[in-house]
Amino acid sequence: MADDRKSGDRKGGHVETIMEDIGSDSPTVPRYIEYDEPPLKLSELLRYSGLPADRALAIASGKLTEPEIIAKVNKVVLISRGTLVCKTGYMVSPLGWDAEGFPVLPLEQHSETLKKNLKGCSRAVLFAATIGAGFDRLIRRYERTEMDTALFLQGYGAERAESLANTFNNEVKEAAELLGYKAHPRFSPGFGDLQLAVQKEFLGLLDAGRRMGITLSESCLMAPSKSVTAIIGLERK
Amino acid sequence: MDIRDFMKENFVILDGGMGTLLQEAGLKPGELPERWNVTHPETVTAIHKAYFDAGSNVVLSNTFGANGLKYDDAELEQIISAALANAKKAREESDKGGNNSNIEGYATQGFGDEHSSRARTKFVALDIGPLGKLLKPYGDYEFEDAVAMYAKTVRFGAAAGADLIFIETMNDSYDTKAALLAAKENSDLPIFVSNAYGSDGKLMTGASPAAMVAMLEGMHADAIGANCSLGPDQLTGVVEEYLAYASVPVLLKPNAGLPRTEAGRTVYDVFPPDFSASVARLMEKGVRIAGGCCGTTPAYIRALREKADKLKPVPVVRKELSLVSSYTHVVEFGQTPVLIGERINPTGKKRFKQALRENDIDFILGEGLKQQDAGAHVLDVNVGLPEIDEPEMLEKVVKELQSVSDLPLQLDTTDVAAMEAGLRAYNGKAMVNSVNGKEEVMEVIFPLVAKYGGLVVALTLDEDGIPDSAEKRVAIAGKIIRYAGKYGIEKKDLIFDPLAMAISADSKSALAALKAVHEIRHGLHANTSLGVSNVSFGLPERDIITSTFFAMCLEEGLSAAIMNPFSREMMNVYYAYRALHNLDENCMDFIGYAQTLPAKIAETAGGVRIVKEGNERSRGYEPMRTVQEYGLKNAIIRGLKDKTGRITKEMLREYLPLEIIQTEVIPALNVVGERYEQKKVYLPQLLMAADAAKAAFEEIKAAMSKGGATAGGAPDTETSDADNKKSSGSEGQNSSVPVRCPIVIATVRGDIHDIGKNIVKLILENYGFKVVDLGKDVPEQAIVDEVVRLHAPLVGLSALMTTTVPSMEAAIKLLREKAPWAKVCVGGAVLTQEYADSIGADKYVRDAMDTVRYAEEIDAALK
Repeated sequence: MADDRKSGDRKGGHVETIMEDIGSDSPTVPRYIEYDEPPLKLSELLRYSGLPADRALAIASGKLTEPEIIAKVNKVVLISRGTLVCKTGYMVSPLGWDAEGFPVLPLEQHSETLKKNLKGCSRAVLFAATIGAGFDRLIRRYERTEMDTALFLQGYGAERAESLANTFNNEVKEAAELLGYKAHPRFSPGFGDLQLAVQKEFLGLLDAGRRMGITLSESCLMAPSKSVTAIIGLERK
Repeated sequence: MDIRDFMKENFVILDGGMGTLLQEAGLKPGELPERWNVTHPETVTAIHKAYFDAGSNVVLSNTFGANGLKYDDAELEQIISAALANAKKAREESDKGGNNSNIEGYATQGFGDEHSSRARTKFVALDIGPLGKLLKPYGDYEFEDAVAMYAKTVRFGAAAGADLIFIETMNDSYDTKAALLAAKENSDLPIFVSNAYGSDGKLMTGASPAAMVAMLEGMHADAIGANCSLGPDQLTGVVEEYLAYASVPVLLKPNAGLPRTEAGRTVYDVFPPDFSASVARLMEKGVRIAGGCCGTTPAYIRALREKADKLKPVPVVRKELSLVSSYTHVVEFGQTPVLIGERINPTGKKRFKQALRENDIDFILGEGLKQQDAGAHVLDVNVGLPEIDEPEMLEKVVKELQSVSDLPLQLDTTDVAAMEAGLRAYNGKAMVNSVNGKEEVMEVIFPLVAKYGGLVVALTLDEDGIPDSAEKRVAIAGKIIRYAGKYGIEKKDLIFDPLAMAISADSKSALAALKAVHEIRHGLHANTSLGVSNVSFGLPERDIITSTFFAMCLEEGLSAAIMNPFSREMMNVYYAYRALHNLDENCMDFIGYAQTLPAKIAETAGGVRIVKEGNERSRGYEPMRTVQEYGLKNAIIRGLKDKTGRITKEMLREYLPLEIIQTEVIPALNVVGERYEQKKVYLPQLLMAADAAKAAFEEIKAAMSKGGATAGGAPDTETSDADNKKSSGSEGQNSSVPVRCPIVIATVRGDIHDIGKNIVKLILENYGFKVVDLGKDVPEQAIVDEVVRLHAPLVGLSALMTTTVPSMEAAIKLLREKAPWAKVCVGGAVLTQEYADSIGADKYVRDAMDTVRYAEEIDAALK
C-alpha cells in the first residue's frame, strides 16, 4: 500500500523506512504498512483453537493424524479468503527516564512490568496490527450457525494477528540491529500491570481509528478483535 | 445564497487541512483542537481567512471532534457556536479584503487573489467527523445512540448559523447513516457526505463507493464523495466509481500524499503543483467540489483555485440506475436477472413459525445464509405473525441478518411501523415490499422511502383489486410513477410486480402477466419483479410450471424474481438464461454451476446447500447402506456435520424421532462428553460433535413440525408457500429433545467477547436444556428481568476480563435480591474458584461440560 515505497529493497520489505524512523530524535509521525499474508503456523492455529500445545504440535508435524480437524482448518482458510487484510501502523519515540526510574513515553503510564521490560532502552517502537473488520463479521456469521467453525476461525484469526505482529516485529529487529540497537521482546497493554486503559492514548498516537479502523469499547477492548498493540524497546548495544 | 443553487453552475472549492496548521501554531499533542475555537479564536479565524483568501468557497468549522462523547452539552454548545463565529468572522474579513492574516506562511502574497476572493461566494460549513465508536454488533455502541450524539452537534451547529453540514472522514457505512439521519432530522441545511477509503478502495467496514452512492443518494444527501486517507492519485479509482454511479455532485478532498517525519516535523510528499494538477484532472472527469485534507495548506488551495478557474464544470448527469445496497456492495436491476430469496417467510412453514414464536433468530439467520449459498442476490424478509410484535421483530432480524450476511434485504411487511423500524435499522439501501395503486398505501410508504431511501416494489393493483388485463395493470403502474414523483421518488426507484396468478384458476393469467412485464419494460422503461411461483399454485410438480414460466418472463424482460433458490429447476433456468443471453462471459458461471450438480438429483428442498458446500459436496446423495457402514452415532462422534444431517434424514423414514435421539444422538454426545472430561479429546472435537448433533436435532425438528412425532413423515416436501395443509398439532412444540429446565446465560456488562458463552449455549442445548441467551454486554437488570420472567432455576454468567468481574458481582447481588431461587454459575477466562467464591457465585464452572454437569444436578433436584 501507501507507504510501501521501499518494498523492492533487498533488506526486508520496510526495513529502511523503519531505520529512518528509528534514527529520528523526535517522535515520528505514524506510518502504515500493509503486508502480504504471512505464512500459516498450523500449530499456533490449533493451539488458539483450544488444543493443548503438545497435541497441536503433533498434528502440525504430522505425527498425529486427525483428518476431521485438518478438514476444518482447510475450511476456515478457504472461507477466510478475501476477508483478511494485514495492516500495521507504528511510530518511533525517543525514550527517557523519570526521577523514579519509570520510562517516559508519549504514553502516560506508571507500570513496573513495562519498566522492567524497557530497562536500558533509549528508543521505543509503538505499533498496532490488525487483520481487519471483515474477519469479525465472518466469525459472527459462523457463531450463529456453526459453532465449531467459529472456534477454528477464532483460532485462525488469533494466529493471523500474531503472525502479522511477528512479521513487523522481525523487521523492527532487523532495522534495529543495523543501527546498533537490540530489540527487546514486545510488550502489550494488558500485560503485567500495564493497564488496558492506556489503549486509548496508544491508539490515538497512531491515529489508529482513522487510519486502521481500530476502535475501543467502553472496557478498552479493541475492535476488530483480531488486533494487537505493543511496545518494542530498543537498547543501544 | 443556497449552496445547492451555487453549485449548479460552479465548481465549489473547499478548504485544506486544519489540524497540522493548529499544531504549528502551538497546539500540543493530546490537546483537543476544538477548544481552540474558544481559547485561540484569532488563530482559528486567521486560518479560515487564509483559506478564503486563497480561493475557498467553503471553509469547514473547526469542529471535527466536537461531539457529546468528548464534551458536555454546555461546552459543546460553546465550542460549536465559537467555531462558526470564527468561520463567519473570517468570511467577513475576507469579504472586506486586506491582509491581516498573522499566521506565518499563510498570508496571501500578491497573485491578486485577495482582490478576487472579495467577490467570491463563500459558505461556512458545520464540520462533523466520526464519533470514533464502532457500532453494534461489532462494537459496543448503539446505532440510535450514535444518531442522538450526532444530533446534538447538528442542532448546535444549525443554531449557530452554519450554511451547510459537512459530514466527513467516515469509514463505516452504518456510522455514516447515523450522522446523515441526525443531520436530516435536526436541520434543513444542505448536507455533504464524504467517506474515507482505504487503499483497497473500500471503507474500513467493507463498503464500495457504489454502495455508499446508493445509500446516500437514497437518503438525499446533496453532495457525496471521498476525503482523507490517501493522495489524489490513489483515490482516482474511488472517484471514478462515484462519477459512474452518482446523480448528485461528487466531492474530493484528498491528503497531500503520505506523511513522514523530517527533522521533527511532519511533511507530506505531494506538493501544491502536483496536488492541484491531480485534483484538476479529476475535476475534468466530473468532480465538482474539491479541496484538501491532511497536509494541505492555503498554498494547495490557491494552486487548486488557479487550475479550477481555467476549467469548465462538467455537468452532473442523472444516472438511470436501479440500485439496492448492503453494507458492502450494490445489486443493480435491469442488467442481469436478480434472484430474491423468498424463504424468510412464515407463510405455510410451521418450522419457521415456531422459530418466530420462540425468538429463535439463529434458525432465521440459517435460512438466510443457506439462500445466499444457493445463489440468491437479495433476501426477502417477512417475519409477520399475528401474535408477535412485528416492528420489534423486523428490526431485530434486519440487524442480525446484516451482521452475518452481506446480501441486500427486501423488507416485506404490510405493517408501516415495522417497515419504518426495518428501514431505519438497515445498513444500506433496502428494497421495500410493497406499495400498490391504492393511495392510502402510497401515502404512508412513500414518505418512508423519501427519508430512508429504498427501491420500492409496486404491485399493479388498486382499490378495485387486480385487473384482468395487462393494459389496466400497466395503467396502474403509470399512476404509481406519477404519485411517487410527488415525493421525489424517481421511476428508477420503483420496480413493478404485475402479479402472477394461478393458471389453475384462470388459464389466461400467465399470458396477462407476461404481457404486462413486456409493456412495463419496453413501454414504461421500468423494472419488473414477480413472485413467479404463484403461477403454478394448485398444480402437481409445480417446479416444472414455475421454472418454465420464469424463463418466459425473463425473455419478456423481467428484472427480478422472488423465488426459492433451493429449487434446482429455477436455478437451471437462471444460469441457462444468462449463458444464452450473453450475460455470462465464456459461460463461466454456468460451468461453475454445472459442477455443483450432484450425479443424482436427490435433494433440492429443505435447505441443502447447492453451492459452496464444504469438502463433502461432491459426494452428493448417499444411499441407506451408509447408515450401517458409519452409523449416526459414529458420524456425530467424528463431528461430521453434513453426514450427520443426511443419515438422520434417512433414518427418519424408518425410525421414530425419539428413538433416534435415545439410541444414537444422546449416546454419541455422552461418549464425546466423557472423552472430553478425560482429556482424550479437546474443545475443537467437542464442538464439532456438538455441531453435528445440532444438525441431527435440526432434521428431527423439521420432520416433527411437519409430520408430528411419527416415523415416515416425509421430511422434504416443503417447497413453496401456501400449500401446507397439515394439522398444526405439533406446532410450537419442541419435543425433539427431552426437555430440561430453562437456563439464562449472558456475558456481563462491559464484556463484548462471548465465544465461551456461545460454546456453553450450544453444548447445553444439545443436552436438552432450554437456553435463553441474552448475548454480550448485558446490563444486570436485563439478566434479572429474564430470570424472573422465566422463573429460571439456573443462571450462567461469563466474564473475560478482570475489569468486568465487578459487573458480574453486581448481577449476582441483584439476582439474590430479586430472584433468590436462582442458582448462579460463573465462568470465563479470568475466573477461578476463589474469585467465584469472593463474588458470591454458587458454582465456578471451568468449561462447557462442567456447566452441563452442574445444570444436570440442578435439573435433577427439581424433579
